[in-house]
Amino acid sequence: MQLSRTDQEMLDGAHGAAAADAVRLVLDFARAVGASRLIDCVCAHVDGCLYHGQASLDFVERFVSLGGRVKVPTTLNVGSVDLIHPDLFIGDPALGSAGKRLMEAHVELGCTPSFTCAPYQTLFRPRLGDQVAWAESNAIVFANSVIGARTNRYGDFIDLACALTGRVPDYGLHRNENRRAGAILELVGFEDADADQAGGIAVAAGLSLGRSCGETIAAITGLPACTSEDDLKALGAAAASSGSVAMFHAVGLTPEAPDLATATGGKDVPVATRLGPAEVSAILAGLSTVPDGSALTAVALGTPHFSLAEFDRLMPFLDAAPFAVPIYVNTGRHAWERLVADGRAARLEAAGVTVVVDTCTYVTAILRELSGAVMTNSGKWAYYAPGNLGVDVAFGTLADTMVSAKAGRVVRA
Amino acid sequence: MSARALVHGHASGGMLRLDEPLSFWGGFDSATGKVIDRFHPQHGACLTGLIVAMERGRGSSSGASVLAEAIRRGTAPAALLLLDADAIIATGALVAQMLYRIDCPVIAVGDRGDWQRLSTLLRLEIDAGPDALRITPSQ
Repeated sequence: MQLSRTDQEMLDGAHGAAAADAVRLVLDFARAVGASRLIDCVCAHVDGCLYHGQASLDFVERFVSLGGRVKVPTTLNVGSVDLIHPDLFIGDPALGSAGKRLMEAHVELGCTPSFTCAPYQTLFRPRLGDQVAWAESNAIVFANSVIGARTNRYGDFIDLACALTGRVPDYGLHRNENRRAGAILELVGFEDADADQAGGIAVAAGLSLGRSCGETIAAITGLPACTSEDDLKALGAAAASSGSVAMFHAVGLTPEAPDLATATGGKDVPVATRLGPAEVSAILAGLSTVPDGSALTAVALGTPHFSLAEFDRLMPFLDAAPFAVPIYVNTGRHAWERLVADGRAARLEAAGVTVVVDTCTYVTAILRELSGAVMTNSGKWAYYAPGNLGVDVAFGTLADTMVSAKAGRVVRA
Repeated sequence: MSARALVHGHASGGMLRLDEPLSFWGGFDSATGKVIDRFHPQHGACLTGLIVAMERGRGSSSGASVLAEAIRRGTAPAALLLLDADAIIATGALVAQMLYRIDCPVIAVGDRGDWQRLSTLLRLEIDAGPDALRITPSQ
């Protein structure tokens, strides 16, 4: 292992006891993944605010007690008590307060209290080519694919250790040669799709990508020209739900894929999957656990967290208020502040829309009524919520969900 | 042998070889030490105090937290004998060592033949230090 002078100083304790512990952990991790040196990162996104047990809190408290401070700007992912094991934690106030303390302790280390899974929608968005230490599966895919920043799939403990040292192991997606596509996902017949359809096509492409490519980076061709950044966000989130996807290229849309040859590095790579309208419809139909026409109990939007642009698309649908079922939208507090300031928060509330901040409806007990199906435009929500919340789900585009909210049952726009 | 220690420490115990990779997150209960993944061939098996052989890790990085928590609670395996290196498992054991000074050595054997031979033994003793790694059959 080659150590920089700063690495050695940190190891020797010259940057404090917290940095010494953190750099030791980063170096041990680097050895485990076969890296031979560390490199600087410009920012970190830490997914440590969900409580998995006392060890989660002990880890962070140790750095707090040692006077630790993050060395690079560090955003925090959603908090609340527990993500994927709600059964373990519901109704236990002691564990609820441990979860809250976990969020506060991270802030004491100098992390920004962003509590969002979409840190790329905040002021802390990295730039093309930046080396970053990001955790949370959708954020990782977005950083690599849509921004062209460079991160591996960091996660528990190591994300914070990287933040406390400003260093990451030099391996995997930090390196040029590992960022090329090794497979192609070909979409055929979507040239004329409209903006609403593009959202569904992106989710289907993402789910297919996760299933067929896993860790192999794919170049996606044939996405509609109107595919937005929010659609790519949905694509990445779906892909990281159905498989271990850390990066994709959308040819003509993402920065490292101006054309197919650039995405593949000029190599001839196989077409892993070909999707036409029939396949996309079948994939999306497979997300719903109830048939069209079924009664709804709620609509859930904003997984990953809704952007301001998505709120722009949502607002015209509010003219149809009142709705037959409550509508929940998850977003970050940075977006919420804007909505309050520009008056949209009041309009949303008047229309029966609950804006959920700092957490997400698929990981925690927020939906008050789970007796009927919940409709969502999120592939990630649809993928996880039936398991997490024990709820039936119907998938649709944003327009589908809003006409269904009006009707109180699953209908298509 | 090509084996290397991802996490140092000393351990001895009976051997349990898992037929499929296990995701500690969602697949293992840190309260009981048992495999809770319904689809895992060793569903229900208790891993506490055993040297657990598995080819590789699997699943979410939250597995590191679950393993660290199990080590804290004393429900974890005594050691993990992997075929391929796994950073998530290593991180969980490293953090537990840092926080609680409890060893749960993690070994990446590297060679399939060696790993298969070791994983068929009944008991093992693992002594993984910074300079030397010793894996010996024990009584």
